[in-house]
Parts: sequence; structure tokens; C-alpha cells
Amino acid sequence: MTPARRTSALKGGALLVVVVLALLVPVFAADPATTNIAVFTTMYVGLATAWNIMGGYTGYISLGHAAFFGFGSYALGLLLAHLGIAAGYTPFLFVPVAGILTVVIALAIGWIALRTRAATFVIVTISCMFILQLLAENLVGLTGGGSGLSFPVPTWSGDFFNTPYYYAMLVLALVGLAVSAGIRRSKFGLGLLAIRDDEDKALAVGVPARGFKLTAFVISAALVGMIGAVYGYYVTYIYPQFVIDPLVGLSMVLMVFLGGLGTLWGPVVGALILEPAQLWLSYNFGASRLYLVFYAAVFLVVILLLPRGIVPSVTDLVVRWRHGSAAGPAGGSSETREALAAPGVRSP
Amino acid sequence: MTLVPQAIILGILTGGVYALMASGLTLIFGVMRIINVGHGALVILGAYLSFALLRSLHIDPFLSLVVTMPAMFVLGVVMQVVFVRPLKGDREALSVLVTYALALGIEGLLGFFFTNNYQQLNAWYETASIPLFNFRIAYVYVFGFALCLAILGGIFWMLYRTTFGRAIRATMLNRTAAQLVGVDVDRVSALAFGVGVATAAAGGVVFGITNVFNPGSHYDLISRLLTIIVLGGLGSLRGAIVGAMVMLISTDVTAVVISPVWASFVFFVILIGVLVVRPQGLYGITVRDRA
Repeated sequence: MTPARRTSALKGGALLVVVVLALLVPVFAADPATTNIAVFTTMYVGLATAWNIMGGYTGYISLGHAAFFGFGSYALGLLLAHLGIAAGYTPFLFVPVAGILTVVIALAIGWIALRTRAATFVIVTISCMFILQLLAENLVGLTGGGSGLSFPVPTWSGDFFNTPYYYAMLVLALVGLAVSAGIRRSKFGLGLLAIRDDEDKALAVGVPARGFKLTAFVISAALVGMIGAVYGYYVTYIYPQFVIDPLVGLSMVLMVFLGGLGTLWGPVVGALILEPAQLWLSYNFGASRLYLVFYAAVFLVVILLLPRGIVPSVTDLVVRWRHGSAAGPAGGSSETREALAAPGVRSP
Repeated sequence: MTLVPQAIILGILTGGVYALMASGLTLIFGVMRIINVGHGALVILGAYLSFALLRSLHIDPFLSLVVTMPAMFVLGVVMQVVFVRPLKGDREALSVLVTYALALGIEGLLGFFFTNNYQQLNAWYETASIPLFNFRIAYVYVFGFALCLAILGGIFWMLYRTTFGRAIRATMLNRTAAQLVGVDVDRVSALAFGVGVATAAAGGVVFGITNVFNPGSHYDLISRLLTIIVLGGLGSLRGAIVGAMVMLISTDVTAVVISPVWASFVFFVILIGVLVVRPQGLYGITVRDRA
């Protein structure tokens, strides 16, 4: 086998092991406290991956994705209420419908927000999130306003209760990863990366930037909306400030930055590290709000010391190490090693 | 129909404090091309500093600015040097994240020291009022408006009548060119950040007297301030003032004409309408690409 084929086989094997391990989580750790953490962690793996499709590939930072999370949640809740669907497995079948409804709202928001660039885009996404929050609060006849919206509660036993939600979150996370990987390898994905590097030049060479950006935005939002739908069914009761929470939107961004903006696995790594940490902190220090200080500290350290994230930094290390060993201890002075590693150490 | 003119006057008076807070934000953006998402949290911090002085030493909130404004100025300079200056690469996006993190940190610390209960700054003029035509205006709004006008006037004086102001305007226009003609842009940036944060202290006092606040209030505040400066055009001081007036007047008029629950909604609709027609905002220059 050539080294390249060996690497891809290795990667495939590793991926298979990870998926099998993920599938077996509820078997190994059956107690509800652990599966609860698993549900939320998988949820954030999906959210960060979805956000990365827009934020990472096109470089358009949206701090308002919590809007789609909350919208999907409300969409499913209202569907279930109006169609009179009982608790059980059937509500999961309506999650894609919530996703389609999210597509509609994302098209509208994206159309407006993507008229702007860079900093203004960030702000417009935040504004749109607050508009949706206000609407959820004020359209009392539709959403129940501040008194919230209840989902039907399944009668599963305590030990089993979290498991279906875990698998639903896992399926969505895997779908997100597959979409993300597919986009990265496609011409569409190449166009998105070109937009990130220089939008005007991308336009000049014929990338239909507006359509591409909007497509990426809508795909990203639809995934977030479906995850929000499962979340709503899981927590069984939602209200505007709780489900359209700026912190949810911020968390997914932080995870992507920690793991590596624009990489396939960065969001996964970021979510796997941060979400359990956040759950532990809010469980132990939640009452005092000190966990916010910790969160802020992690955020600052990541951006100031590791602005490219874990995955690119580690990849560089591996590349450097490989080139070092390929050159051999005798042939490679530290300078040549650095020269060889140089193509890998591009600044973002 | 005396309600509408009353709402307009109240909108102008409360618009003053938003104009002041938004000016600090847009000044920081203009000089550094960064968005200080922590500005709302800094306003709330300013309100809490005055609250602490009021509670422990019984210092009048307006008077306490003599202490809190210089303190917040120093804090702003330190923040710029420690957290904003080292940013490399896509500074505009990274700065949003860093300042958001600072906002969370401030919120966490305020929650720890002052709890999450709602507070308000109290003073004798809070309940006293003066008659104006056929309704009454509380002194506190008048005082707050006067303070905001004074500080805004000070900012304009600094920008257009001093050498430092000239350096700031040069940096706003073109950072590289300013550097070439001998402006120490790093120093100007740090000081401008300090000035912006110091105005947040003053904004915090006026906000804290006219509103109840808790450590989480900054989310609502920053979303309003950001939409104001986007409406006015990022980096335009004039835009910030006009944007603030449009927001507060439209909100107050909607509250009396339609219903208070739709008050902030109308402003967002105005914002979206403006962005559809003029993505760069009312007074903005065409948004530059990330360079």
C-alpha cells in the first residue's frame, strides 16, 4: 500500500471505531446522568458542525444561530400540538419537517443578512435572533408567549428515557458531518473557501458568491433547526429566552474556534472538550455565575494563544514530526525541518 | 392626542443616553475596525460601580462619575493593550469573539459580587418632575440628557479641535497613511478605546438611573447599541446619534400608538428596511472588505 492509501485506510478505520463507540454509549453507560451528558455533547457536536458549514467555510461569523435552534424547537412543538401527535417515537419523524420550516425562515433572514459583510453581518445575525425572540414572546396566540410551550412527554422508563434522544442527536450529528465532508470535497465547497479567502476575487473568477453563501447559510440553519427540534422534545418545555439563548449561539462558535475553524473535525473536537466541561461547571458553580468567568477565560486563551484551533495546530505538529523523521536524524538539521514543515504552517 | 408629542420628547431625552453609549461604540469601531460586543457589559459595569459608591459612601451617581470615568478609561486602555492589540489575522471577527468573552467575564463577576437581583440607582431627582406644556417630565431625564449632551460635545471638541482628535480622525480614515505621517496608531487606538469605555461609565449612570438593571442586562443593551450603529453606519459618530434618536423615538411612539410589547419590534423593522436599501447604513461609507 502506498502511504497515502495507508493513511486513508487508517482514517476510515478510526472513523468506524469512533462511530461504533458512539453507538454503544447507552449500552456501556446506562445511567441517566451519563446519557444526559451524552445527549448534550452530541447535540453540540451537531451544532458546531452545522455552524462550521457557514462560519468556517465562508468566513461569515453568525452569532445568531440560536435563532434557528429556537425556531426549529418551536416548529416541532407547534406541529405536535396542532396535529395532536402523542408522545413516543412518532415526533422524531416530524423533525425533518421542522428542518424544512427552518429553511424557509433561514432563506428570509439569510437574504437580508447576506447583503452585508464582515462585522455588519455579525451584528445583523444578532439582531435577527432578537427579532425572533421578540416574535416568540409577542405572538402569544401562536407560541404561548412568555408562558412557554409544552411538548408531549413520553412514558419511557427513567433508565431508557434519554436513549432515543441520544440516537436522534447522533443521527443528526452524523448527517451534519457527512454534509460537511461532502461540501468540503465539492466544487461548491471550493467556492465557499474562495469566498472566505477573498470574496471579490472569488466573484471575479466566476463564483456565484451570493447564491453559494445563501445555500451554505440555509444548510447550516436547517441542521441547527432540526437539532433544536429534538432538543425541544427532549426538555419537553420551552420558552423564548430559554430556547433562543445567545449563549447557545455563542457556544457553538466557541467550539468551532477551539477545535479549528473551517476544518471537518475541529468542531467535533471542540464540542467534545467544551460541552462536558460546561455541564460540569454549571452543575457545580451554576448558581454563582462564576462559570461564565471560566467560560470567558477559556475563550480568551483559545483566541489569543491558539487562534487557529486545536486540529490545525496538532496537524502541523504531526506534519513537522513526520518530515523530521523522514529526513532522518542525520540528514535534518532543525532548519531544514522547519523549512520542510513551512508549507503546513500557513497563517490563516 | 397629547400622548404622541409626549412620546417624542421622551424619546429624544432617552435617546441622548443611547446616543452617548453608541458614540463610544462607533468611535472604537472607527479607530480600530473592531466591534466591541462588550460595550453593553461595560455600561452595566459603570452602573454597578456608581451603585457601589452610592451604597457604601452615599455618593450621588452623577458625582461618582468623577471617580468612575477615569477608572473605566484606564480599564479600557488595559483591555485594548492586553486583549485587542495581540489579535492577528481576521481581526474584525476575532475581536467580536474576544469582546463577547470579556462581556461574559464581566457578567459573571458582577453576578458574583452583586447577585442577579435587579438594582436601580436612586437619587432625589428621580421622582421630582417639571411641568412642560400639559405634561410633566422627570428631572432625571433632563439631567441625564444634559450630561450626555455635555459629554458628546466634549467628544466632538476633542475630535475636531485637538491634535489627539486629529490623530484619531486620521487613523479612522486610513491606518497605514496615518502611520506614515507619524501617528502612533497603537497609542491612539489604546487611548480611543479608553475614551470609548469611559463614555460607557457615563452612559451606565444615566441608564442605571432611568432603568432597572442586573448583570444580564447587557445582552438587550448591546443588541440595541449594535443595531443603532449599524443603522447609522459603522464608524460614523453622526450616524450613532441619529440612529439612537430614530430608535428611541420610534420605540416610544409605537408604545403609545400601538402597544408597548411591539415597541422594540418597530425599530428592528426600520433597521431591516434600511439594510435592504442601504446595506452600509444611513451615514456609512461602503463597507470595506476584510483586508
